[in-house]
Amino acid sequence: MRGPLRACLSDDGPRSRAVAVLLLFVLVGLALAPFLFPGARSLSVAAKILVFIVLVASYDLLLGYTGIVSFAHTMFFGIGAYGVAIACTRIGPTWGALGIGLAGALAVSGMLALVIGLFSLRVRAIFFAMITLAVASAFQTLASQLSDLTGGEDGLNFKVPEVLRPSFELFEDPVLGVSIDGRFITYYLVFAAALVLFLALLRLVNSPFGRVLQAIRENAFRAEAIGYRTIHYRTASNVLAALFATAAGALLAIWLRYNGPDTSLSFEIMLDILLIVVVGGMGTMYGAVIGSVLFVLAQNYLQDLLALGGAAFESVPVLGALLSPDRWLLWLGVLFVLSVYYFPSGIVGRLRASGRRAGPP
Amino acid sequence: MSFPSPQPQPQPQPSPSSASPRAPASAAGRVDAAIKAARFDPIPLLLVPALIVVVAPLIGSVPTWVTLTVAGLAIGVTIFVIASGLTLVFGLMDVLNFGHGVFIAFGAYMALSVFGPLAAWTQADAIGPNLAAIGLAMAVAMIAVALIGWAFERVIVRPVYGQHLKQILITMGGMIIGEELIKAIWGPQLAALPLPQALRGAWIIGDAAIERYRVLAIVLGLVVFGALSWLLTRTKVGLLIRAGVQDREMVECLGYRIRRLFVGVFVAGSALAGLGGVMWALYQQGVVPQIGAQVNVLLFIVIIIGGLGSTLGCFVGALLVGLMMNYTGFLLPKLALFSNILLMVAVLLWRPQGLYPVARR
Repeated sequence: MRGPLRACLSDDGPRSRAVAVLLLFVLVGLALAPFLFPGARSLSVAAKILVFIVLVASYDLLLGYTGIVSFAHTMFFGIGAYGVAIACTRIGPTWGALGIGLAGALAVSGMLALVIGLFSLRVRAIFFAMITLAVASAFQTLASQLSDLTGGEDGLNFKVPEVLRPSFELFEDPVLGVSIDGRFITYYLVFAAALVLFLALLRLVNSPFGRVLQAIRENAFRAEAIGYRTIHYRTASNVLAALFATAAGALLAIWLRYNGPDTSLSFEIMLDILLIVVVGGMGTMYGAVIGSVLFVLAQNYLQDLLALGGAAFESVPVLGALLSPDRWLLWLGVLFVLSVYYFPSGIVGRLRASGRRAGPP
Repeated sequence: MSFPSPQPQPQPQPSPSSASPRAPASAAGRVDAAIKAARFDPIPLLLVPALIVVVAPLIGSVPTWVTLTVAGLAIGVTIFVIASGLTLVFGLMDVLNFGHGVFIAFGAYMALSVFGPLAAWTQADAIGPNLAAIGLAMAVAMIAVALIGWAFERVIVRPVYGQHLKQILITMGGMIIGEELIKAIWGPQLAALPLPQALRGAWIIGDAAIERYRVLAIVLGLVVFGALSWLLTRTKVGLLIRAGVQDREMVECLGYRIRRLFVGVFVAGSALAGLGGVMWALYQQGVVPQIGAQVNVLLFIVIIIGGLGSTLGCFVGALLVGLMMNYTGFLLPKLALFSNILLMVAVLLWRPQGLYPVARR
C-alpha cells in the first residue's frame, strides 16, 4: 500500500484481499453512482447508503470499540436531522441556516450525550442500555408532541439553498448523459461529507485514544488499573459517537429535504443500526461500510425478491405468510441472531480470518 | 464458572472480653438490629401513599383524584405482574432479557384467540361466564407463554450466559423475530379486545367513577404479589431463589442445581408476563404487535427504580410508575413519559442502587 493511502486509512487497511476488493467496489460504485446507476430511486438508495455508513460507523465506535450498548443513537441522528429541518424552516433556505442548524444540533447532542454519559456510564453496560432506551423513547414522544417546532407526526418539509434544489441546473446540457442538477450536487456533497466523516472516525479509532477505548472494551478493570479514567473515556466516546450521528442526521435531512419522526427517530432505525453493525462486523469500521451497503440494498430490493417468493408459495398457508414482503424484518432478525452466534466478528471479521488461514494477504 | 477464592477464616478479634464481658453480647445485639433493619425498610414503601396524598391538592377534585388513583394502581400492579419475572431473572442469573416484551404480546394475543370462540361467554351479561372466560384466557396465555419462554431460554439465552453484550443483542433479535411472527400469525393491525359485558362500565361511589375492570386488576395484582411473596419467603424454593439472587456460586457450592432453578424462574417469569399481557390488553381494550417494545421501556424504568433483582422494589416501583403516569397524564399531559424518567432520576440520586438494593451488586 502506498504512503498517502496508508495515511488516509490511518494505517488500518482492510487487511484482507476480499475485504479490499469489496471496499473498492463500494467506493467506486458510490463515487460514480449518478453515472453508473441513473434514476431517482437508485440515487436515493446510494445516498441512504452513505448516510448509514456514517451513522453505523459512529455506532461502531460505541458498540464495537468501547463495548457500550446504547439505544439512544437514533435520538442523536434525529437531533441532527431536526436541527437542519427546523433551522431551514425558521430562518429560510440559506447556507447560514444549514450551518446554524448543524451547529445547534451538535451542541444539543453533545450536551445530552455528556449528561447521559456522566449520569449512567458509571454503572454496568446493561444499566446504560436501559437508560438510553428510556431516554430515547421519551425524546421521541417529545418530538412528536412539540408540533409547533417539529411539525409533530407530519414532520417538516423545508427548502434547501438554491444550489441544492432539484430545479437548479448548473449546465444547460447533460454531461456524460447525466444532467448536473441540484440532486447531483447534493449527492456529491453528501458523498464528500460521508467520506470525510468516515475517515475521521477511522483516524479516531486508530489514535491512542481509540486504543484506550479498545482496552476498556477488553477489560475495563485492567484499563482502570493501568491508570486510565474509564468513565472519562467512555463518556468521551459516547459524546463523539453522538456528534457523528448528529452529522449523519443532518446529511439525511439535506438529502431528503424533509424530516419527521419516522425517518430519523424511530426505534426501527435503531434496530437497523444494530443489525448492520453486528452483521457487518463489530469493531472493524469497514464492517459499517459493507453492512450498510448490503442492508440498504436488501431493504430496497429484498422485499421485491420476497414478493416473488411469497407469490410462489401463496397457496401454502404458513409459508406464504412468512414469505410475504412485509415480513422481511423477520428474516433479517433470524440472520441477526445467527450472526451473533456464528459470526460474532461479522462479515469483515470472517473474511479477514479466512484470508489469514489461506496465507499471508 | 469461577469459584470465589477461599477466604481465610476470620480471626477472632483480640477481644476485650476480659475487660468487658458484655461487649460481644451488645455487638451481637447490634448485628441483630442491623439485620432487622436490613430485612425491612419501610421508607420506599411509604412513598406510594405519600405520592397519593401529595398530589391530592394539586388535582383539586376528590372524585377525579379517586379515579386517577385507582387507574394508577391498576396499571401499576399490571406492570408489576409483567416486570416481576424480569427482575428475578436478572437477579438470579444476571441475564437481562430485552425480549421480555414479546412475552407480553404473545400473552395478549393468546387472550384474543381465546375470546374469539368464547363470544357467548364474554357477551353474556353475567359475572360468572365473564370471569370464566377471562380465567380461561389467562390460563391459556400463561401456559402458552411459559412454553414460549422455555423455548426462548433454550434457543436464545442459553448460549450466551455471562456475555452481557451478546445477551442484549441476541434477546433484542429474539424480540424482532417474535414480533414479526405475531404479525404473520395475527396480522399487523390493532386488534380490539373488548372487556366482557359485566366488567364494562363503572361503579359510582359518591361522585367518583371506579371502573370495574380496574378493581379486578388490582385484586389480581395483589393476589399475584401475595403469592409471589409467600413463595419467596415461606418455601424452600423461594429460599433458594433468594439465596441465588444474593450469591449464586454459594448456592451451587451447597449442591443445588442453580441452572434448573433458573430455567424454572425464567419459565414462571414468562408465564407472569403472559398474564400481565392479558391484563394490559384488557386495560387498553386492544393490542398491537408493538406492545412489547412499548411496555419494555416502562419495565426497565420500574426494575431500575426498584433495584435490579428485588421483588418488593419492583412492586413499589411499578406502583409509583403507574400512579405517576396517570397523575401527570392529567396534570401535565405533555410530560407524561418524561415524568417516569424524572422519577427514575430522582430515585437514583437518592438511592443509586434502586429503592431496595440487592446485595452483591
